[in-house]
Amino acid sequence: MTIPATNSDIQTLLTAMADEIRYSLDGKKPLLIGIHSGGVWVAQQLAAILGADFFDSPLGTLNIAYYRDDFTRIGMHPQVTPSDLPFAVDDRHLLLVDDVLYSGRTIRAALNEIFDYGRPASVTLAVLIERNGRELPIQADIIGQSLTMTEDEHIKLSNNNGLTLTLSTAKAGENDVA
Amino acid sequence: MNLHIKNGRVIDPASQLDAQLDIFIRDGKIVAMSSHLDGFTADQTIDATGLIVCPGLVDLNARLREPGQEHTATIESETLAAVAGGITSLCVPPDTDPVIDTPAVVELIEDRAKKSGRAMVYTIGALTQKLQGELLTEMAALKMAGCIGVSNGLSPIKNSLILRRAMEYAATLDLTLFINAADPWLQSNGCVHEGAISTRLGLTGISETTETIAVARDLLLIELTGVRAHFHNISCGKTILLIKDAQNKGLAVTADVSAHHLHLSEHDIGNYDTLSHVMPPLRSIRDREQLQQGLRDGIISAICSHHQPLDNDAKLGPFAETTPGISGLETLLTLTMKLVDDEEITLHQAIASLTSHPADILGIDAGQLKIGAQADICIFNPNIYNECQPNKFVSAGKNSPFSGWLFNNKVSHTVFNGKLVFEQDKIRSIIV
Amino acid sequence: MSHNQLTESGRLHHFLSIEGLKRPLLTEMMDRAEQFSSISHQQVKKVPLLRGKTIVNLFFENSTRTRTTFELAAKRLSADVISLNINTSSASKGESLRDTLHNLEAMHSDMFVVRHNQSGAAEFIAQHVAPHVSVINAGDGCHAHPTQAMLDMFTIRRHKQHFPDLRVAIIGDILHSRVARSQIQALATLGVGEIRVIAPKTLLPTDCKTLGVHVYHDMEAGLKDVDVVITLRLQLERMQGALLPSAREYFQCYGLTERKLSLAKPDAIVMHPGPINRGVEIASAVADGPQSVILEQVTHGIAVRMAIMSMTLGSQAEFHEVTP
Repeated sequence: MTIPATNSDIQTLLTAMADEIRYSLDGKKPLLIGIHSGGVWVAQQLAAILGADFFDSPLGTLNIAYYRDDFTRIGMHPQVTPSDLPFAVDDRHLLLVDDVLYSGRTIRAALNEIFDYGRPASVTLAVLIERNGRELPIQADIIGQSLTMTEDEHIKLSNNNGLTLTLSTAKAGENDVA
Repeated sequence: MNLHIKNGRVIDPASQLDAQLDIFIRDGKIVAMSSHLDGFTADQTIDATGLIVCPGLVDLNARLREPGQEHTATIESETLAAVAGGITSLCVPPDTDPVIDTPAVVELIEDRAKKSGRAMVYTIGALTQKLQGELLTEMAALKMAGCIGVSNGLSPIKNSLILRRAMEYAATLDLTLFINAADPWLQSNGCVHEGAISTRLGLTGISETTETIAVARDLLLIELTGVRAHFHNISCGKTILLIKDAQNKGLAVTADVSAHHLHLSEHDIGNYDTLSHVMPPLRSIRDREQLQQGLRDGIISAICSHHQPLDNDAKLGPFAETTPGISGLETLLTLTMKLVDDEEITLHQAIASLTSHPADILGIDAGQLKIGAQADICIFNPNIYNECQPNKFVSAGKNSPFSGWLFNNKVSHTVFNGKLVFEQDKIRSIIV
Repeated sequence: MSHNQLTESGRLHHFLSIEGLKRPLLTEMMDRAEQFSSISHQQVKKVPLLRGKTIVNLFFENSTRTRTTFELAAKRLSADVISLNINTSSASKGESLRDTLHNLEAMHSDMFVVRHNQSGAAEFIAQHVAPHVSVINAGDGCHAHPTQAMLDMFTIRRHKQHFPDLRVAIIGDILHSRVARSQIQALATLGVGEIRVIAPKTLLPTDCKTLGVHVYHDMEAGLKDVDVVITLRLQLERMQGALLPSAREYFQCYGLTERKLSLAKPDAIVMHPGPINRGVEIASAVADGPQSVILEQVTHGIAVRMAIMSMTLGSQAEFHEVTP
């Protein structure tokens, strides 16, 4: 199994994802939502590839900090940039984007938050990386790459003049509930 | 019953005695103080090696809650607590319920005390009827019934004319007037010393002028009327100057300080610790230092407990809503001796302030060890490390802020009227 | 002093007083309030952060305003809220406080928001609740009103940004004001340049300077070049007890009028914890004028209380009795 690490590796994945997105959502006037912060970066890249006319509105961002299920365990997150959905979701087709799908809890929280805003016609989930370790029955519709990793291995998306993925081996931290 | 106290260090401030002696007691009286006594067979011997043997302590002010508040404490429970603290004579102020303004109440208290048979309870009669500050009590009758002084308790007399007349009447009968000096308007509903702490905690303060104004007025009336007077529970350094002045002028004025005011200050209130809620309030550190100095200089001649046993409910609540008072019988000696350990006063001064001086103030024949006198004796260990545990107090009141304080001394035996009424680790009777 | 406000790891557990809390914690409160304030402008004014938590408003003193903002704050966080107004006019006040507590513990609440007319009441309650329960002081006697102080700091920060540059004047009955005491502590902790109090001697606490303030009896001198003017409510009962002769004289000497306000900096803001006594501590023209941020303070109150509630309930994990 090779880990796509470099920017150009990731661009390859994004291009493939964009093709699939175009195939499934063309004509449905979809709205794009990225989950802070990795999902937002991925969404921005996808929007660039798909072009300004593909989505019906500027990018919406979700910060699921207030919807997490581990508040009682770990308390408040240090930084919370508020969610920003500059559109109504009722009866719309949404494309929800995140960087890594792991346990499924982040997506669960994101869906809860979206449904507090209204009732979408559909939600399509696109993730750059999907890895083993699901704790909830959540699956992505569009996947950049699937990876099998051990419990100690973690993958993280960074944005330093371009997107890169890094693999690390350590005890699980707070951030790894994606 | 023959009692032999062996080999103790006998200290009697009244006769300036400090020697290694045995004490021989027969039929409730001291018959000899010497190294041995021919023909004496002891029924009971107390080995006082390493211990100090002094007169049973005399506490000028202790509330026993009976009559009136028997659910909180009783004469039975509190006299037991008294002897656990080495105290064999104590004075009850008149603010019982009913007030000690008739001979009947005096007799009731003396009766109950006699029944308990552990300590001598003296009563201070009310100066005015029901302590209301208007009509005089029948002080002659009270004196005949056994009152050794008069007082208006914690309700100072506002009307100076009435106070003057009451003082003159008490002086006529040669009764000592005991005063808790406080200006009622300045005191208002304050509960702590007025200063930086009251400001920070947002509690209504009691300025020092509350005490000094009242003392100043009372001293002038004392001078005018010639009554013999004693000020209870001095809390301000400035008050000492006023009393010193009066004493220098030759007025018959004495003063006592509470054991807790010699150790605590407003800072001990900390985060609203209700156990430190007392009246008069704990004042500044400077006041505390000046109180200690006043004691050293002899302006204050006695230390007393100002014992106020309270049940737990009385101390559980926001500070201002709690009842002021400390359960102090069982820490009177230990706190006084702590001053000796801290080298603030000498051993002899300490014992005198708990025995001969208060006895002089009361005009009673106690607080001393002499041949032929009633055998009221306190034996304590001046060298035993122990921790104050209020929840194990004998008194019905466990309200003490000294929990966890480490002391170097402890009462080991108390003898009253020739009988052993208290032995450490062997409480003589069970309180129901 | 307030060592028991924090958990072992330094997180906020109770919020009883500003005293003992350090600047980073106060700054965090204001930052979180910023984050929460945007929720009020969203379509969905609620987040599920405290869903399943029970918050009890224990008000021993009447206050519709403060109680309402706490209720709103709790509801916006999706908590369950109960408000209890307990009459303290009964003779056995101390008893009712403790008895109430025992009864409420049976309700398994997660938080008590307490307002009481006795200083130290919130502290007392905090000492008698189960370890995992948080207590927030909504005002105790003359001692503290820390949530009000924090919303005031939040308001100041929104307009003035940099605390060390500021001169803040607090005018009014400092002696009886728990708001003023908390404000002074917060301003001092946040490093404000200068804190002034302006009041007649009768309305200042003893040893006022130990609070770290400059004392002025002359209002005009006290207002010179000030950046923030905070006026306090004057309770009309102060005329009894010989503290003040009349409301009219008070307004004459210490009321904030347009003319007196002009002595402060031209961009000075005017604040008041409310409710306002128009024509007593502040002229209507000033209260409704361009420099007044009084209405903003009310809005900020909700966001600030949301921040404080979530910070304290977020530390419950450190107490093992948390019900799963």
